Amino acid sequence: MSKDSGKILVAVAGQPNSGKSTIFNALTGARQHVANYPGVTVEKKTGSYSLNNDKVELVDLPGTYSLTSYTQEERVAKDFLLNEGPSVIVDVMDASNLERNLYLTFQLAEMGIPLVINLNMMDVAERRGITIDIEKLGQKLGAPVVPTVGNRGKGKQELKEAVNETSKEARSSQFRLDYGEGLESSLGALEKALARDAALPGLYPLRWLAVKLMENDTEAQRLIKENSNDGNKILNFVAKKRRDCTSKHEKTPEKTIAQMRYQAAQEIIEACVTRERAIKSSLTDRIDQVVLNRFLGPIILAAGIYVIYELAIVQGYKITPYTWRMLAWIRDCIASTLPSEGFIVDPFFRSMPLWVIDGTIAVLNYIPIFLILFGLIATLEDTGYMARMAFILDRVFRYFGLHGQSVLPMVLGGLYVGGCAIPGVMATRAMKDEKARLATIMVVPLMNCLAKIPFYILMIGLFFSAYKGIAMFFIATITIIIALSVAKILSLTILRREESAPFILEMPAYHLPTVQGVLRRCLERTWLFVKKIITIVIVVAVIVYALIYLPGISSERKDHYLNQANRAQQAFFNKIEKDNPYTVFLAGDKLIEFALYWDAYSKAKMAARGKKARETMDQRFREKNLAYFKVVKKGEYNIEGKVIRDKDAKKAYTAYKKLDRTRSRLRRGYRDETIVSGYMGRAGRFIEPFTKWAGFNWRVNIALMSSFAAKENSVATLGGIYQSPPGEKEGVLEERMREKEKDWTALHVLAIMLFMAMYPPCIPTLLMVRLETGSTKWMLFATFYPIVLGLILSILVFTGGSLLGLSGMQAMIAFYIFALLILVGMGLIKREPEYS
Amino acid sequence: MTLDEMKPGQVAEIIDVTADGVLGQRLLDMGFIPGTKLHIVRNAPLIDPVELEMKGYHISLRHSEAKEVEVKAV
Repeated sequence: MSKDSGKILVAVAGQPNSGKSTIFNALTGARQHVANYPGVTVEKKTGSYSLNNDKVELVDLPGTYSLTSYTQEERVAKDFLLNEGPSVIVDVMDASNLERNLYLTFQLAEMGIPLVINLNMMDVAERRGITIDIEKLGQKLGAPVVPTVGNRGKGKQELKEAVNETSKEARSSQFRLDYGEGLESSLGALEKALARDAALPGLYPLRWLAVKLMENDTEAQRLIKENSNDGNKILNFVAKKRRDCTSKHEKTPEKTIAQMRYQAAQEIIEACVTRERAIKSSLTDRIDQVVLNRFLGPIILAAGIYVIYELAIVQGYKITPYTWRMLAWIRDCIASTLPSEGFIVDPFFRSMPLWVIDGTIAVLNYIPIFLILFGLIATLEDTGYMARMAFILDRVFRYFGLHGQSVLPMVLGGLYVGGCAIPGVMATRAMKDEKARLATIMVVPLMNCLAKIPFYILMIGLFFSAYKGIAMFFIATITIIIALSVAKILSLTILRREESAPFILEMPAYHLPTVQGVLRRCLERTWLFVKKIITIVIVVAVIVYALIYLPGISSERKDHYLNQANRAQQAFFNKIEKDNPYTVFLAGDKLIEFALYWDAYSKAKMAARGKKARETMDQRFREKNLAYFKVVKKGEYNIEGKVIRDKDAKKAYTAYKKLDRTRSRLRRGYRDETIVSGYMGRAGRFIEPFTKWAGFNWRVNIALMSSFAAKENSVATLGGIYQSPPGEKEGVLEERMREKEKDWTALHVLAIMLFMAMYPPCIPTLLMVRLETGSTKWMLFATFYPIVLGLILSILVFTGGSLLGLSGMQAMIAFYIFALLILVGMGLIKREPEYS
Repeated sequence: MTLDEMKPGQVAEIIDVTADGVLGQRLLDMGFIPGTKLHIVRNAPLIDPVELEMKGYHISLRHSEAKEVEVKAV
């Protein structure tokens, strides 16, 4: 099909750790496109290149050891080969591990598609003293064999040429594996039966179908049921043949088939491969003696995780102020194109877009962290250490329905304090055990992400300031304890029926990652993330905005604010007196213009560091508007080197300063009232009778609900709600909260902190959950279960603690012990692995 | 005896894979074929899983999975 359009469709297949991605990258260069295979979460990479006027389109199949129907990857690879009709399969093989790689090659050859064998990692094979007779191997397999060293691009051109030539010959592999007398007679009979069917011939390679049916492959059975008119008859025939074979060989046909494949692989090895010397202990073995040592192994692992955390989260966080400056600049640029600010009430088309932009850049600000994280993860993946990590930790995590591979996602999510759930959820992609993977995705957001930290600090400052260290330790570790218990509960209940997979994990030889390969993956993943943010977050942010700020405050209240503003403006003009020359510059519409100038000047003054910066800033503002400049400088400025003291300007300055305070108070009051009377505010009041059992009043309800858009907002929202009463001096937020919530105890704060710890994932994380689970249902579950859990825990702590008359610290310790007991209980529940 | 009873440092020869379904198939795919020799390299720091070497490559599996492989010591 693809040949007609002048395009050659090529599938790149191979086992994991064969260097398949490296070959794919070497062939296609930068022209790549990453998406998912339809309906599943398996990544599909496509790319292209041109050779001698032929355009070749490559599809990177997932790395698989075999082509059964047991895993998503294998189903995807098989479906692609069956349904998309590639002209050629490039089979990437690890030359140093030929026997096991041939096992897949045989299965690919059975599919009747022309093969090009790519012996990759020739350098590793040479180092191990392995010599391969390439010509002989090609004869045996009936396909061209091209040796390459993928990470050095060696053999790339030859491989491209072989692909072109093979696609033109369109000759399927001449290799036909002999499954032995007993099985072959059954296969022959079955093949004949399939050939007699009205629909099957031409749809699928019949020999392949016959082998798969004898293997008891569920997908092959489905193909028969769906396509054949007489499917049941065929399947009954298969069942009979399977019984015959089992009794004849005293083992199931799938065992015989696997055995014959390995036997054939050994025969080929004997004919084509010579080992010059006995394998002495390799570098990998020597490294593993240290890295997997009973005592050193866990220490090295902990140190490695700490380094990742330190480099990405701590150091990455230090870069964010610079990105923030850039993002803030972009925000200001966009803001300047929007309708301008009002004295009290901002126009909708200013406040709404700014809200969306703020929400977006709050997350984009983490890009440096993501870049470093993804780079480090790619490095870890390429070196082969990931498998070791799973090996060391599987025992612990398995007790809780997780997997050794769950550790990295959880670390990224914030196993120590401060991570991000987005890369955490993304990192679950490497996990093969679907059940453990889902459990991991569901609990990663329970970890303490960076955005939760300011909230904790505020709350701890409120009532646990004497025990800061203990309280922080509590919150950092209680989340792990709860997450593990939750994972176990999920895997025993709703995840019970999900597909589990055996652990069986290859421990690949270590090798040095290439800078190019790491960079490519790191940029690819970051880009994927950014793309998602820009597309969907905007829509969700608009909805959240509407919930918070609509329907808006009543017109009476609005008038009240506008009247107050008018009165303040009147007072301002009275104060600077009629004969003040600046009245002209500030009257009417000019006042708001001046207000904006004033705000811009204050902001610039705060940002400007050093004498030089301040001077250039002054120059800029002076050029913009000289009269305003005189006012904001309190009437002291230079003209032609002379210092002028302008009394009128000073008067205007003093008066405006007062007006500005009133203005910001009114603005905040207006905003606060809008939030309180908005849909979310009403909801906050409505659920107060219920949430009071958790110790949350409506103010807390609003703050917690509005944090949903981005947790970064939680502290800001609280700041808005707990504003200083008019006329009083502004205090620190902690003081203001204490002032307003006189009846609060440490129990209130503990309950709120626990709720925040369990807080539902932010929108970008939810999008990642949607992407990685491929299901909206799971995304919704990930949204709502933490709310329910958080409420239960908060009620338990608050109401329970109140009834028992516990102090904050006592409640904290009691809850910690309670959670630990649950954890131990969960760990003790036996879980036998069930494989469907 | 079964593979999980073998100690690190020992060499075993596979007699049979007793598991069916996905575990059985996965073991077969990875080369757990009767007659194959494997070397028990080490247990994980927490004893489970176990690392083996066979057919020139390294693989690790849980003890519960190793229980499904019948072997004899060589």
